[in-house]
This record gives sequence, structure tokens and C-alpha cells, in this order.
Amino acid sequence: MIIKFLIILFILFALSRLILRFKDGSVGIWGFLLWGALWIIIGIVTFLPQTTTVVASILGVGRGADVAVYISIILLFYAVFRLGIKQENIESQITELVRKDALNSKKK
Amino acid sequence: MKTVVIIPAYNEEKTIGTVLANVKNHIPAENIIVIDDGSKDRTPQIADSHGVHVYTHKLNRGLGGALGTGLEAGKLHDGDIIVTMDADEQHDPAEIKNLIAPIEQENADVVIGSRLLKGEGMPLTRKGFNWVGNVITWTLFGIWTTDSQSGFRAFSYKACEQIKIRTNKMEVSSEIIKEIKRNRLRFEEVPIKAIYTQYSMSKGQNFFEGIKTVTKLVILRFRK
Repeated sequence: MIIKFLIILFILFALSRLILRFKDGSVGIWGFLLWGALWIIIGIVTFLPQTTTVVASILGVGRGADVAVYISIILLFYAVFRLGIKQENIESQITELVRKDALNSKKK
Repeated sequence: MKTVVIIPAYNEEKTIGTVLANVKNHIPAENIIVIDDGSKDRTPQIADSHGVHVYTHKLNRGLGGALGTGLEAGKLHDGDIIVTMDADEQHDPAEIKNLIAPIEQENADVVIGSRLLKGEGMPLTRKGFNWVGNVITWTLFGIWTTDSQSGFRAFSYKACEQIKIRTNKMEVSSEIIKEIKRNRLRFEEVPIKAIYTQYSMSKGQNFFEGIKTVTKLVILRFRK
């Protein structure tokens, strides 16, 4: 199927980017392992969809495909939440810098 | 006791001059501090011409960012009591003495001027939004106030040292309540007038900004 070919192509592309980012140090070891595992799992599920049926029966969900969708949605929500927290921390750091500059270089 | 007044201002050239002239009737100019939050208009120049202290943010950071800088500046200027008020003529400087009284009498560490204790002057829609703000603040941080979003507040020096402001925008009002609880500060509300002009009404949060504020407060609840 063409879709499987496209997905594997994209997974290879994502993994190559991940390895490059790991090499230049912008992704840490845990990030590398987490994202690497995620892309490999997506690859396994693409080629062996019956694996999701095993997980589905353990969790008591009807179909394997449903499990994949549920887990994806939960992971996406969590990722958005984490990003929100990270962004707020960066915003706080920018404010801290602007504040220090204002207090140090008062107009009069 | 030395009282220092902090006025955060962003693009307030239409009102900052009048506000400063009125505040100067009650507080000496050397005890007034304007935090110019990266204004693109003449706000800092006008403030400067009134002989008050002006601290300028090179980037606009929002109300929380400006208030945080204001509290720091208040400590630098050795304020025993640090008052914050808006730059849009919403607060009456004649009420500063009522606001700081509980701190002077050592009955409170933080005083919030509540527009709803008198219950006059506030438009119904604002009352509604304010009530929602109070409920959210209470749900997340566990303190009930009649006006959690009021910008007219007074802090003792000790309270300023303990309160840590980390938010940047409108959510700072609820964060201050959170900090009062976290540091177990003594807190009082005093009634203030609600002065609403067309100008100050145009400055409030809209619905979508309100949703953003709530989201940030939820994130704040889970931050260390």
C-alpha cells in the first residue's frame, strides 16, 4: 500500500533529523530515546497492525485501531500541556531579563 | 512610614499626565514610580516631565511583568508600604490613605481595594466577569476575595519581599492572591470607588483573552 510506503519514508526522515539533532546536542539523551522509541513504535504499528489488537484486548478496548487513536490523543494533549508550561517558563525568563535591564538602566 | 506608589503603564499617553498630577496631590513626586512597559507612545516622556521615577522595559511584557518590576523598584526606593494603581484614571489617589491604613496599624500585610464592597459604579458586565475571576481564583488558589482583579493594592515591605511574581499578563491579579496564601500573609480588603470612563472600559480583557488568562492560571497552579 502506498500509505505504508509514505509513512515509513516519513519515519526515516524523522529519525534522521532526530539523530542529527542528537549529534549537535540540541536533543538530550532522554529526548533522543523517547522520540526514537515513539517513531519505531509507529513503524511497528504501521507494518504489524495486529500488535495493537493485543494491547486493545489487554486494555479492554474493542479494536486495535481505536487504541492507537486514544493513545495518540492523550499523548498530544500531554505534549501541548508540557509545551505550554515550557513556553511560560521561557516568557518568565525573558521578563526577568527585561526587568533587570530596566532596574539597572533607569532613566533618571 | 514611607509610601511608594507604583504605576504600571503601557501606551497611556492620554491619561498618565492627569493620573500623575492627581497622585502628586497626595504623594511626593520622588515617591512615585512609573513602570513604562515598552510603550510606543509618549508615556515615558510625559511621566518624566512630572519629575517622578521612570523605569522602562525595552520589551512589552504585560501587566504582570510590569508589576513585578514595580515591586522590585519599590523595595529599591525603601518603601515601607508599596501601593500599586492603574494608569487609566480608574483609581482615586485620595483613597490611598484608606488603602494603607491597615498596614500602618499593623493589621495586614497586603490590602486590596475592592470595587465591590461599595458595589456602586461598576457596570453589570464587569461585575459578571469579576465574579467569574473570583470563583476561578478561589477554585485554584483557595482564597475568596470580592475583587480578585483589582489593580489598587498596598503591600508592606515584608510582603513585597515574600511575594514572587512569575506571570506576565492579566493573570498576575490571581497570582498575587496565590502568593498571599502561599506566604500566609495577613490580608484585608477595603472598599474603593469604581471609576469607569469610556477609556478604561476599552482597556479591559475580551472574552478570548479571558480564556487565555484562565489557561495560564491553570498552568500556574501546576508549576512549582
